[in-house]
Amino acid sequence: MDLKLPNPIRPAFTKSEREDTTIVNIGPSHPATHGTIQIVAELDGERILRADVHCGYLHRGFEKECEAHTWHNLIPYVDRLNYCSALINNFAYCDAVETLMGIEITPRTKYLRTLLAEYSRIADHLTCVAAALMELGAMTAFLYLVMLRDYIYEHLADLTGARLTYSYGRIGGLARDLPDGWLKRLEEILVQYDDFVGRVHGLVDRNRIFIDRMRNVACLSTADAVNWGYTGPILRSTGVPRDLRKDTPYLAYAELDFEVPTGIKGDNYDRYYVRMREMDESVHMIRQLVDLLQEKGQGPINVEDRRCVLPPKQLVYGEIESLINHFKLVMEGPQVPAGEVYVAHESANGELGFYLVSTGGGTPYKVHCRAPSFVHMGGAHRMLEGYQLADIVPTFGSINMIGGECDR
Amino acid sequence: MSSRTIPIRPETQKSAAFEYIATRKDELIGWARKFSLFPYPFVTACCGMEFMSVSSTPYDTDRFGAALPRFTPRQSDLLMVVGTITHKQAPVLLKVWEQMCEPKWVLAFGVCATSGGFYNNYAAVQGIDRILPVDVYVPGCPPRPEMVIDGIMKLQDKIANQQHLIVNDRF
Amino acid sequence: MSAIFERIREALASRAGEVSVAHGVLVLQVAPGAVLEVAGALKEDFRFDLFLDVTAVDWLPREPRFEVVWHFYSTMHKLRVRVKARVAEAEPVVGSLTGLYGSAHFMERECHEMYGIVFSGNADLRPILLYEGFKGHPLRKDYPKEREQPLVPYREGYEMPGGE
Repeated sequence: MDLKLPNPIRPAFTKSEREDTTIVNIGPSHPATHGTIQIVAELDGERILRADVHCGYLHRGFEKECEAHTWHNLIPYVDRLNYCSALINNFAYCDAVETLMGIEITPRTKYLRTLLAEYSRIADHLTCVAAALMELGAMTAFLYLVMLRDYIYEHLADLTGARLTYSYGRIGGLARDLPDGWLKRLEEILVQYDDFVGRVHGLVDRNRIFIDRMRNVACLSTADAVNWGYTGPILRSTGVPRDLRKDTPYLAYAELDFEVPTGIKGDNYDRYYVRMREMDESVHMIRQLVDLLQEKGQGPINVEDRRCVLPPKQLVYGEIESLINHFKLVMEGPQVPAGEVYVAHESANGELGFYLVSTGGGTPYKVHCRAPSFVHMGGAHRMLEGYQLADIVPTFGSINMIGGECDR
Repeated sequence: MSSRTIPIRPETQKSAAFEYIATRKDELIGWARKFSLFPYPFVTACCGMEFMSVSSTPYDTDRFGAALPRFTPRQSDLLMVVGTITHKQAPVLLKVWEQMCEPKWVLAFGVCATSGGFYNNYAAVQGIDRILPVDVYVPGCPPRPEMVIDGIMKLQDKIANQQHLIVNDRF
Repeated sequence: MSAIFERIREALASRAGEVSVAHGVLVLQVAPGAVLEVAGALKEDFRFDLFLDVTAVDWLPREPRFEVVWHFYSTMHKLRVRVKARVAEAEPVVGSLTGLYGSAHFMERECHEMYGIVFSGNADLRPILLYEGFKGHPLRKDYPKEREQPLVPYREGYEMPGGE
């Protein structure tokens, strides 16, 4: 091949310090690094001495796109940040804009958003655990969990129209209400969840090989975790029950009864188990929310606020004020008052924050997404150094780096 | 023909038996190749989730022979570019494609690989056909698994009907 | 507002220009030279142990042009603080927080490559989301959104974008 291709990165080290070590490049097109991470590692035999983690291969210019679109138009873009649990991103972004506009959502939307956020969290954890187990060789567990995840995707496609990137949240509410029979199917899926996840527990939890590969690998202490910015299941696996849903409750979490699972030593096994237990807690929360929805969550889903909610179609075709309102909302965007806000939700990976700066127009001045995966990549070398080359696979699987969120 | 009539085309003297055997050979090789695709899933973004779905139950690419992913370009023949390719990733993609041996096909999975998707900015390549030749484009953001299977079937039709030169440039 | 915010306001009133509360977050406007001190005080005295984020806002054509924004969270008090500093385009230098928080490494690299803010004290300001050879700082308001800088030549029939 006579085409000379440039190297897009500059590694931190190109020469090994000792005579007997090798420098190896892993990625970015690699099955274990989820296709977008490159690690330049200095190896002493099988042991990693230094690791230089490079991300950015999926940087799609989200923040620059944001400055060229209206507040409504960004909802599909934020979906594709953490694409495994896209609804959580939608709701976090809509919450941030609603805070800036001073809108309070209706009770039905509050319960529905919480329910769907937990449902998305289950889908994300299923993907993470399935991919991690498959990379260790447990193909059966992968097939069970991905089939379960497929049930969730099809079910959400009934509600939102899309399997993966829903664009369902709206500023001031949601896109549409639940169709008939949706809650009944939800209960069927939750029963199927118990069955499949029970089988995966049986296959994997006390499996000698699994324990040997995951226990005491990539241990992280709490002080280290906080210093390197870890939040979410990784921080909880080190032993501290820090969860934004409990610490700074938002949406309907204050009314729910749930526990925050924690690990003991912050190794790969703890991260796997914390995620499995979090899924169980999410199922418990969803069942409570279905009851809450029947009792206290009847009513409209969209707030009656013409600054951001599109008027009903009959009015748009019937009267001139609604037509103009619709036109201005679509062409110019909702007029958000000037100011700035930082709102964080607990996404499946940790603290997902949106920092919005508005100068009072229909398009944002700046949107910044504080992505948990990006921060976690900053500290990933601490979890890789000192362990073996083959441990990169389970460690990466347990960090749950989502490229869309990491590189934005 | 008698020795006084000239052939219809002066360049090649085609032999009917040779053409018949070459066509049957193409059909046989085409059949074998289309049902034993070894994809290299170059997964970057959200479409990767749909790739995982289409590889497992109930959609299952194994039924089409395209199940076994080979994560090395030396052993694969179908490059599935799944997800957005950014300018940073482009040299990596081109290197992987160059390292694959003939015959090789490229499937652009998702609208970001087809045309850049809705990322029209400094970072995303506006369609991988700017850097590689593409055989099948599967649009969608992300495409439903059925669409991907349709794309694979179209690729299989293309492989079945194309010419497979195995010995030299005529056979 | 809350007791902790009051204590911070009293302790840092001299070093911080303006102190306000916006949507539940304490906002401290400081001079660029005072950022390290304020961040150190927040970490040591007030237990703001989790460094969330550093980013910048480009206020072209206002002077000073950039406003660098840091967010901190305290796992003990469960509160957030935002620190802001305005820096000019001619000398966009602020202190680096890599000595206090490990998570600052990657985030400062991103802020540097996107806006051009220089974090003195951070020895490693390589591009992280962009690639070697990318010229310019894309999130600045004067960088056109669609200006691509391809690393790989395009095939025949596609026009390469004009050089930077």
